[in-house]
Amino acid sequence: MVLTGAEIVIRCLQEEKVEYVFGYPGGAVLYIYDALFQQEDVRHVLVRHEQAAVHAADGFARSTQKVGVALVTSGPGATNAVTGIATAFCDSIPMVIISGQVPTGAIGQDAFQEVDTVGITRPCVKHNFLVRDVRDIATTMKKAFYLAQSGRPGPVLVDIPKDITIAKCEFEYPKEISMRSYNPVVKGHQGQIKKAVQLLLEAKRPMIYAGGGVVLSDASEQLTKLTRLLGYPITTTLMGLGGYPASDRQYLGMPGMHGTYEANMSMHYSDVLLAVGARFDDRVVGDPANFAEEPRKIIHVDIDPSSISKRVRVDVPIVGDVKDVLDEMIRQLEAGPARPDISAWWKQVEEWRSRDCMGYKNSDEIIKPQFVVQTLWEVTGGDAFVSSDVGQHQMWAAQYYRFDKPRRWLNSGGLGTMGVGMPYAMGAQLAHPGAQVACITGEASIQMNIQELSTCKQFRLPIKICNLNNRYLGMVRQWQQLFHGQRYSESYMDSLPDFAKLAESYGHVGIRIDKPCDVEGALREAFTTHKNDLVFLDFQVDQTENVYPMVKGGKGLTEMILSAEDL
Amino acid sequence: MRHVISLLIENESGALSRVSGLFSARGYNIESLTVAPTEDASMSRMTIVTIGSDEIIEQITKQLNKLVEVVKVVDISEAAHIERELMLVKVRATGKDREEMKRTADIFRARIIDVTDASYVVELTGNQAKLDAFTSAIDPALILETVRSGVCGIGRGDRVLKL
Repeated sequence: MVLTGAEIVIRCLQEEKVEYVFGYPGGAVLYIYDALFQQEDVRHVLVRHEQAAVHAADGFARSTQKVGVALVTSGPGATNAVTGIATAFCDSIPMVIISGQVPTGAIGQDAFQEVDTVGITRPCVKHNFLVRDVRDIATTMKKAFYLAQSGRPGPVLVDIPKDITIAKCEFEYPKEISMRSYNPVVKGHQGQIKKAVQLLLEAKRPMIYAGGGVVLSDASEQLTKLTRLLGYPITTTLMGLGGYPASDRQYLGMPGMHGTYEANMSMHYSDVLLAVGARFDDRVVGDPANFAEEPRKIIHVDIDPSSISKRVRVDVPIVGDVKDVLDEMIRQLEAGPARPDISAWWKQVEEWRSRDCMGYKNSDEIIKPQFVVQTLWEVTGGDAFVSSDVGQHQMWAAQYYRFDKPRRWLNSGGLGTMGVGMPYAMGAQLAHPGAQVACITGEASIQMNIQELSTCKQFRLPIKICNLNNRYLGMVRQWQQLFHGQRYSESYMDSLPDFAKLAESYGHVGIRIDKPCDVEGALREAFTTHKNDLVFLDFQVDQTENVYPMVKGGKGLTEMILSAEDL
Repeated sequence: MRHVISLLIENESGALSRVSGLFSARGYNIESLTVAPTEDASMSRMTIVTIGSDEIIEQITKQLNKLVEVVKVVDISEAAHIERELMLVKVRATGKDREEMKRTADIFRARIIDVTDASYVVELTGNQAKLDAFTSAIDPALILETVRSGVCGIGRGDRVLKL
């Protein structure tokens, strides 16, 4: 069948079973939008800013394991998308971004709305393409979807000049694609896995440290099985939350800068550390030199060889898909000798846990942000999709909403992008129409994509926005208080809107909550009475609350500030 | 430590910038980089001379392998290999310098490939050290212009970098 380039683009999306495209039209993509208009399989979500299009597609992908798709025009459309692309790249989220480009003849002529999109996005995509021939569209789209989901996932951008979308050719979607230069390893090396299992069984102070790779590989079932088989303590990173049930006794909470005392101490003093789909990020291990001081054997399972021995030297590297490797480990463990007795180690771990580092002083007078998150967890039965923005509220969400399932926690872990919260919630709500979706945010972050309240109205997305409003860029203020002599340079949020009224003006429900005794009621009202409405809950929280525990930047994991009393 | 990394990459536009962009983004050194198509026109071969600790070189090869268009990567300096570089030098060649320049070129087994009444273009092939030695053997005041190709490398014996 002979089709135009634009029709081919849409046909490719249909072939890939894409349900939603998040986008914003413009000159260079007019023909693609025209083709989109003339079919019903692929639905389009019109956002109010391209950054939100990419974030929403990203949130859709995070909450489903499907590829998120965004469509933007050339020039400013593409540059607005860059933050979204970089955010997805840092967290290895499978996405395909289609960008319009000026006609091939105009490329390089400084044409209207021309920008070197492939050049600008090169460092923040898994791969990108500029399509120069209509006959290449189908293969390129197939490659894009294949690359985005295979190996270590990531965003792939396809830049399509306008004239290519008008040109015609015979359409045939390739059934399969193989690329001689791209062959990601899936199966882990048998010998290495055997070595790892042996090491795990010889351990006296073992520890499991799991990251976002577990969630991306859909391996939380395997991780849970393995951890229970071994009976060892486990911590999951910010990106790995939900990869192992937080309510389980073996779970020690999150490690790192704002991790628990027990997770950090156990990481540091372990003699065998099993790292699974995690990358020893600076926010997790702090200073690598300090971390390396304590002798321990490290087993590292990761699909990306370049993640292994990047910041921390590893003893048993296993390159492969986390799910496959864990399956094989379980198989060998079930056939192998008995687990060692590590009761002495557990005794030590429990002693660390008994410090109750997550305890905070609640108040009857003023709303504590931790209390809001905790109440949200109770009200939603711990089963909501929760997105967050970036800052203090993100850490409180990670610490106090105890995720028992994967893909429920949506946040920008790697890039730390403020403004992702609402679009992430939008993507998750579209993917799971009946589910409870909450966005934990702050008065600063929410303003970075506040325009999406309009999109939420148009598409009737009943997300619950929990704004922990402390009238500060809280995390900046916290660092200024602790490390910059309390000089609060530009971290005060002045001239704030009345968020409740603002939400109402978009046609949503807005509630302002000032007292701790009203927190639960407001949340219940939002999830019951206003089940089908977007509710903007503007919690006026304690302005001076800090996130603890805390490891200062560049310090070792054992040097923790547990509460304000340690200052 | 100095390393010579050879790689095969899909001969597509933008492939070079993916490699050079990787080096600048991650703060790796490039001493020289050469690239040209191979006998298979769909593939280019690149030789990169870089300096770094063992950990950095390991990361460089891993990161290069991760680039979707890179087909194969080998650190050829890990074993016996040959390096060659081409240099063209335009020198002033007048009076007694003319004869002297010819003699020096002969000693280095260089060839004079362009002659005017006042200048020569000398072509010289060898490893980096040999080219450096030639440059320092002649009077710097006589050098009008120099161009070097950067290093090309290949493994000795049966070590082959091929698809």
